[in-house]
Amino acid sequence: MSCPKRYIEMMHKYLDHEITKEEETELKDHLMKCEVCQLHFHELKRTETLLESPPHVQVSPNFTEQVMNKLPKEKKSISYKKWLKGHPIFTAAAIFFILMLTSAFSLWSQDGQLTVSKQQGIVIEDDTVIIPEGKVVTGDLVVKNGDVIVEGKIEGDLVLINGNLISSNGLLASAGEVTGQIEQVNQIFEWVWYHTKETFRSIFSF
Amino acid sequence: METIIKQKIRQVKQGDQSAFEDIVNFYQKKVFQVCYRMLGNIHEAEDMAQEAFVRAYTNIHSFDEKRKFSTWLYRIATNLSIDRIRKKKPDYFLDAEVKGTEGLTMYSQLSDQNPLPDEEMESLELQSYIQKKILSLPEKYRSIITLRYVDDLSLQEISEVLDIPMGTVKTRIHRGREALRKKLRDL
Repeated sequence: MSCPKRYIEMMHKYLDHEITKEEETELKDHLMKCEVCQLHFHELKRTETLLESPPHVQVSPNFTEQVMNKLPKEKKSISYKKWLKGHPIFTAAAIFFILMLTSAFSLWSQDGQLTVSKQQGIVIEDDTVIIPEGKVVTGDLVVKNGDVIVEGKIEGDLVLINGNLISSNGLLASAGEVTGQIEQVNQIFEWVWYHTKETFRSIFSF
Repeated sequence: METIIKQKIRQVKQGDQSAFEDIVNFYQKKVFQVCYRMLGNIHEAEDMAQEAFVRAYTNIHSFDEKRKFSTWLYRIATNLSIDRIRKKKPDYFLDAEVKGTEGLTMYSQLSDQNPLPDEEMESLELQSYIQKKILSLPEKYRSIITLRYVDDLSLQEISEVLDIPMGTVKTRIHRGREALRKKLRDL
């Protein structure tokens, strides 16, 4: 028990891997001579071994699953982002399609009112556009949300959106003449298709 | 492994929750052991270990990637365990000791379906004995001893985890070790 305390200190330093070379040789020399310190050192090393053996307990097999269930919900925008990052071409196509669709829809629902692309030479009665006998409309005519009676002549295409081409006596026939094509668009999808077609035509025509 | 974990952490930071699963898988054992050494009860330890991972996830943005993730995780786990010890309410678990008996747990009150082989029983007893001795240490020694031996943390790392000066870590580990030497001497 007469040994200086610093030998004990050295033992701990040894166990913590903090001992210097000189201290280590000094400690070894001392341990050769002193049985009390030898026992002390032996006990410490044994304690060390006992403590190093891991506790005999097992974590439950569904531990990870339980943790994952406890986590706050992932933000939705992030999971979209994750998906969109993985599919760049589809993302571009989808954005393009959405923009197209919304612009078409907004044009469609802009108004339920009668609109006519040209004013000269035509008569408008309620929701009916009449091209009177003897009148000639030059260029394309677009009529939206109204019926058309052609008694005169259209030199160009006639486009009817949400309307019919009718004759003056109410039958679906025309007394007059349309030199170009007659196109009728009545359903929303037709409208979208028509609009898409028009957009492409305007893009590629120049 | 460190680089894989670093990459996973980056993914979690970017909001990829599934990347956290690998992190939990990788560290669950050690974190659980830290909590068990601190608390001495499987159920509580598992609760605290889970809580530690949840906290790590919610605070992932405050983790500095230049540091070691494990030490950061241990810091959360030990702090939670210390809190738990301090406001411990009497809870009843199957492996809690039955009052008035010596070392008898609630498990012993249940019929044993398959008795353990002698060897396993012995090592189980030894382990629970060691655990008991660790638990008998004051909390400030217990946390240091736990971190030192569960994952072989260096004194420097322990000082970082517990936010305690190096000198204090040294004296505490020496005293803790001496105390355990005396307690485990008769084994």
